[in-house]
Amino acid sequence: MHRSTNHSRRIFLKRAGLATMAVTGGSYLAGCASSGGEDGTVESGGAEKSADNPFGVQAADPLSVVIFKGGYGDDYAKFHEGLYTDKFQDAKLSHKGITDIRQQMQPLFNGGTPPDVLDNSGAEKMPISVLADTGQLSDLTSLFEAEAVGQAGTKVKDTLNPAAIDSAEYAGKPLVLNYALQVYGLWYDQALFDKNGWAPAETWEDFLTLCEEIKGTGMAPMAHQGKYPYYIQQVLMDMAVKHGGPEVVYAIDSLEPNAWQNESVKMAAEALLELKAKGYMLDGTEGLDHIQSQTAWNEHKAAFIPCGSWLENEQKSVAPSGFKTTVAPTPLMDGAALPFDCTRVEAAEAFIVPAKATNQAGGLEYLRLMLSKEGAAEFTKLTAAPTIVDGATEGLDLSPGAASAIALIDSGGTSNWNYYYSIWYSPMDPKIQSAMGEVAAGRLTADEFTSRCQKAADETASDSATQKRTRA
Amino acid sequence: MKHGQARFIVGFLAFPLLLYVVFVISPFIQAFHYALTDWTGVSSEFNYVGLQNFQNLMQDPLFLTAIKNNAVLLIGLPLVTIMLALFFAFLLNVGGSAGGAGVQGIRGNGFYKLAFFLPQVLSVPVIAVIWAVIFNPTADGMANSVLGRVGLGSSGWLADPKLALYSVLWVLIWGSVGFYLVLFNAAMTAIPRDIFEAALIDGAGRFTTFFNVTMPLLWDTIQTSWVYLAILALDVYALVAVMTAGPGGPDNSTQVIALQIAQNGFQFGRAGYASAMGVVLFFITLVIALIMLRVTRRERIEY
Repeated sequence: MHRSTNHSRRIFLKRAGLATMAVTGGSYLAGCASSGGEDGTVESGGAEKSADNPFGVQAADPLSVVIFKGGYGDDYAKFHEGLYTDKFQDAKLSHKGITDIRQQMQPLFNGGTPPDVLDNSGAEKMPISVLADTGQLSDLTSLFEAEAVGQAGTKVKDTLNPAAIDSAEYAGKPLVLNYALQVYGLWYDQALFDKNGWAPAETWEDFLTLCEEIKGTGMAPMAHQGKYPYYIQQVLMDMAVKHGGPEVVYAIDSLEPNAWQNESVKMAAEALLELKAKGYMLDGTEGLDHIQSQTAWNEHKAAFIPCGSWLENEQKSVAPSGFKTTVAPTPLMDGAALPFDCTRVEAAEAFIVPAKATNQAGGLEYLRLMLSKEGAAEFTKLTAAPTIVDGATEGLDLSPGAASAIALIDSGGTSNWNYYYSIWYSPMDPKIQSAMGEVAAGRLTADEFTSRCQKAADETASDSATQKRTRA
Repeated sequence: MKHGQARFIVGFLAFPLLLYVVFVISPFIQAFHYALTDWTGVSSEFNYVGLQNFQNLMQDPLFLTAIKNNAVLLIGLPLVTIMLALFFAFLLNVGGSAGGAGVQGIRGNGFYKLAFFLPQVLSVPVIAVIWAVIFNPTADGMANSVLGRVGLGSSGWLADPKLALYSVLWVLIWGSVGFYLVLFNAAMTAIPRDIFEAALIDGAGRFTTFFNVTMPLLWDTIQTSWVYLAILALDVYALVAVMTAGPGGPDNSTQVIALQIAQNGFQFGRAGYASAMGVVLFFITLVIALIMLRVTRRERIEY
């Protein structure tokens, strides 16, 4: 696997770059103790800095925290807030758990009075790349360079999954802390598979054979949330990247010419078309939303469904007893560059400290406490979702879905990959999704699909209002 | 004007007028202002870019698709809704058997009025969810199982790019007919019975009565309805956002201007560009309303 070593080298370089940045960032800090904040650099809270209080938080300064109260709820945040108030007992902490982030936060950002910590997530989140480009986010360099809670001599960044460091960066600066790890793959019911003697296939050939066998029992081999092509996109991209290696997605994310015309992308599109043409897709699944399709899957109308690791929690009330939600990686096409047991792993749940936050130092300290083993383990305990904190799930009693997702994070290691185009170039995202939906429905050929995606990418590349980014 | 009367009128008008200025006029003016900027919507800073946003709009294929789809709704919605509503209102009022009592509505017209009006009391997202379920594209979806029973097979409805926009149009019509039925019904009740009876005595059939008596007498109401429905057809945001794939799909077949405004303004952080779209939509609405009122203007019939 020479490609995966290549990948880890990239991450190493990135970390090295981060370290040099931290040094320059540090001298910056010293330079503007009172006036900082304009370009995102964090000024000291005013108290004396120590290993235990690396950002100089004033014990009495109030802290305001706004949490997206979605699938993960906000109980975990109340625990983190407890960690903070235990440490700074005089601090008045205000907590807000909401779903309409944009509606409530936009006026505060416009008026220059944002909260100190914001979990910018959910359907109503604010465009993170725009916040980053307009200098509204604090530089998290000092957080990543600070000492991890309870681990003397270890920096915070060294306790995190590479996906966290990777996804934090905008224009060379870490600005966003994506806290939860989401694992994407093909989900199935282990109990059903055991009963029928099925096992997820490792190669495309075997996958087709398995589909034929499943179809023979009257069950559809695959369903997807066709109303939101975002889901089937995971399968296509995962198969393409595993075939061509991470360079495929680096080129796509960097808006390089002909990135979508890559042979691996074309092959993945053809694979989806084959599933559709052979009748392996649940009838009508193109028009089902996530609730309808996932429920059909829970009812064993379909064997596989693409999704992220929140699926088990989302379907908890629908899944019949004995249903063992389990994730499998997508099968490998001939000549694949990456191993079978890796997948797309995304750091999500974007925590930010606004540049204009009144208690910037407190915001960073809150994030540092979240990244403690204790804070991360509690998150996983409450939400059944792993975090970016390495090893924080050890010894936890995990559900089958969470256990299989965490196993995939470990087995994939540095081969796990992610794409950023949908977050980086939000106007391009619906165009790509639309093409994904059309190819999954069998209404586009693979060539039409790649040229449509390429056209969307080229338009984005030549659009003066779009900030172009590159994968390191 | 008597002394003190002016002060009295001003006293009553000042407050509502102030509300109107704050919540209607001022946002309009602001939208015109932001349309000339590159404002992101999430920061207090922006630059003036002149008419660049409008130039970009003219070359934005998605915006042009949205205009095209809105145009389909703009023609389809008022036409079908008004025709159906008029037809039903006419039946309810004068469609009954002309027994000894002269002209009367069909039996049970109170019940029908209620039944038709029902969608009006449901909120738009509720309607959208109900119809999204009815249009479930699997073979056991509600609409499909009815089609299956009569041997017509099944359809993709909202999942089919060729049908999706018409499915949305259908739901819009279904949701609107009831209100206009009641409106036309009220207007018809205001027409003196003797006019219908005179027409009947003169030997006019139901068709002639409808086209030569009822329609002309209802013209003002129809005209107003047309303008309202046209404005509704230019919006349809909630319905499209909840019901369609994507939303706006599949393959942008249900993309509408309002959806483009919301996406650009909120998801893409391009509030300036979205404001420009809003300005264009404002003028489209204004022009259409003016044209409708002018073209359909007729001499008023007094009775």
